[in-house]
Amino acid sequence: MYLGRVIGTVVASRKAQGLAGVKLLLVQPLDDRLQPTGPIQAAADTVQAGPEDLVYLVGSREAALALEPSFVPVDAAIVGIVDQVHTPERAP
Amino acid sequence: MRLCRVVGNVVATVKHPKYHGQPLMVVQPIDGGGRDVGASFLAVDRVQAGPGDHVLVLTEGTGVRQILELGTQVPIRSLIVGIVDHVDAAPEGEQS
Repeated sequence: MYLGRVIGTVVASRKAQGLAGVKLLLVQPLDDRLQPTGPIQAAADTVQAGPEDLVYLVGSREAALALEPSFVPVDAAIVGIVDQVHTPERAP
Repeated sequence: MRLCRVVGNVVATVKHPKYHGQPLMVVQPIDGGGRDVGASFLAVDRVQAGPGDHVLVLTEGTGVRQILELGTQVPIRSLIVGIVDHVDAAPEGEQS
C-alpha cells in the first residue's frame, strides 16, 4: 500500500465490463515525506475521496478485491482518506 | 518477506471496511546492516510494532489474506508479521 494525492477525476463512458459505476480518480503517488514519487495513475475510488485529498491506495490484484464484484480490471484502488501521517524520524 | 524499519503510522477515519481496526504503519525496507534500501510503503500491523522497530513484512496478498482471516475479499497487500530482535549478516562484499 502507498500514499497518494487526488489531483483529478477521470470520466470514461465506455469501460470494461464490471467497471460500470466505478469512480475513477487521478492520483499522484507520494513518499512518506509527501513528495511526489513516480508517474500519475488512475485509481478506482472506494471511499468517496475528492480532489486534493491525501489518500492511501492498494495496488495489483488486491486493488480489485476492494470492489464488488472483485473480478474487475483495476490495479490501483483508493482504500482510505488520510487524516495524518506521523513519521517523526522523517521530519526535516 | 522483507526486512523493514517502522518509521511511523498513518491515521485515517474514512477507509475501506476491511481496514477498520487495523493499525497502518509506514515501513522502510532495510538491508542486513540496517541501512535504508528503496522506497517506503504502508503495511497493516498485527504485532504491535512501534516506530524504530525492525520488522518482517509479508508483501504477498494471498498469504496476508490467510493470516488476517477476514474472508477472501481483502484489499490488503502488506502485513507486518514479526518484530526482529537481531540480524546476523556478513559484512558488505562477503555476502554470497
